[in-house]
Amino acid sequence: MSLTANKPSGGHGNTEEKVNLKAIPEILKRHAGERGSLIPILEDIQTVYGYLPEEALKLVVSETGRSATDVYGVATFYRAFSLTPRGRHLVCVCLGTACHVRGASAIAEELKLQLGISDGETTADKEFTLETVNCLGACALGPVVVIDGHYFSKVRKSRIRQMLEDARSGCINSSATDSSSMFPVTVNCPVCKGGLMDENFTLDSLPAIQLSISSAGVSGRLRLSSLYGSPECAVEYDVPAGSAVEVSCPHCKAALSGALSCSSCAAPMASLDVQGGAVLHFCSRRGCHNRSLDLTPSSCLPEGGGAK
Amino acid sequence: MITLKINGVTAAVEEGSTILDAAGFLGFPIPTLCHMEGLTPYGACRICIVEIGEGVQAKLVSSCTYPVAEGMKVRTASKRVLRARKMILELLLASCPQSKVIQDLASAHGVRQQRFKQEHEDCILCGLCVRMCKEQMMAGAIGFRSRGEKRSIGTPFDIKSETCRLCGGCIYVCPACQLRCTYTEPDKAICGGCANLPPPCAEKEAFDDMMCYMNPCVACEIEKDAKTANMME
Ligand code: FES
Ligand code: FES
Repeated sequence: MSLTANKPSGGHGNTEEKVNLKAIPEILKRHAGERGSLIPILEDIQTVYGYLPEEALKLVVSETGRSATDVYGVATFYRAFSLTPRGRHLVCVCLGTACHVRGASAIAEELKLQLGISDGETTADKEFTLETVNCLGACALGPVVVIDGHYFSKVRKSRIRQMLEDARSGCINSSATDSSSMFPVTVNCPVCKGGLMDENFTLDSLPAIQLSISSAGVSGRLRLSSLYGSPECAVEYDVPAGSAVEVSCPHCKAALSGALSCSSCAAPMASLDVQGGAVLHFCSRRGCHNRSLDLTPSSCLPEGGGAK
Repeated sequence: MITLKINGVTAAVEEGSTILDAAGFLGFPIPTLCHMEGLTPYGACRICIVEIGEGVQAKLVSSCTYPVAEGMKVRTASKRVLRARKMILELLLASCPQSKVIQDLASAHGVRQQRFKQEHEDCILCGLCVRMCKEQMMAGAIGFRSRGEKRSIGTPFDIKSETCRLCGGCIYVCPACQLRCTYTEPDKAICGGCANLPPPCAEKEAFDDMMCYMNPCVACEIEKDAKTANMME
């Protein structure tokens, strides 16, 4: 039983891109046989894609044997699920009673004005999605605005521009994760200044950092998650666990490792330039996830910078 | 067997049956709207309310979903029940005045006025069609979507369903669309347009303006007119 969309009507279908459904079987396998697993499945799908793609829901229907009406009914019932793609950053403004009496509606208006969208919409550049909620349970802090899971309290109109800018530049946690210590970085080669982001390869649903590595005569590509704090990585060939690799820039071939040694395993650390002014060090030994960020005087403090 | 008292009459009924079953067994009529034999009770319309318990404990429950219990005292037509039922009908009339079923129920219960803002909904969300499709037709082509104000019935993703066999069961049980097409002149009665159509739900891609997937159905125009009028206000 499957539903083929002859013509997605209304606002649901996303027609421009084909959604990569690779992650779905894995998610379904994880919840196979569980009772009441539909909501966890949908939650996981939403974590991976940021929304519930139509194709993904159809796959859930055909794989789990649930009826399409049930799956669609649940997906549309909960506000937490979205059937339309959301932007990279989710801006949530509270219009609950407590926030309302403290001027939340003016805040909402200002957000709409600055983003040029109204409630529930996503900006054309896919950066921001604006949503309203009726009470976040943080009434004493009102008016409350939540951007990418980060709560801003006692928001005033004058702060909004800065808040949005911080979100755009990634100073607030990425929407791809709800852990407060993770945020995305964009890196360049410290030697040739060439960009190291691989737009065609995503890890943690962000473009990955790509590097050349070699060890014991074999060489290949290494991709690291650009989410600082995430251990996610992909290697093209099998590096024996525990052995260190030579890291070099894929453009200028300059060796990037060796200047520092890892504080926990003494293997050489590789260093990359982070856009915005910082240096990212990471351990070149497979299995060691030691990473650090050297903050040279910068405009962008990753933690708490925009959150006071 | 369970013994209970309905309107003062003692009866013994099987365990697991509902108050509605028991009352029917004794011959006390209880009006229903969203209840249909062969479909699981859903308790959406509340027309079938009865009063159970005594004194301050007395409360109104929907008899089609309420299972009988030992020693239960039921009143199917107390003052409170009748008043509440009238109010429910008035509210239903306010949202879906063109339904013949609701009109008949209202007139049978002596509802002579409608004091709420008049709307022209084409669905009262009784769920009969959903249950019919799933339980009797084994299709499950339509279901509830969204919630609250936005709750509606339709196919997933609003596209033509492949599981739908065009049996028309949904329309057959729908209390809102039966004999509905009187357009703006009630005295003209039904237009009969729909009756001459091939099976409903036919080659139609978008259901947007249509009620129960029928085309042409002038009744839908009422809704549209009302909406434009509202917007202009
Ligand atoms: S009203 Fe905004 S958090 Fe409660
Ligand atoms: S018939 Fe019992 S609630 Fe509708």
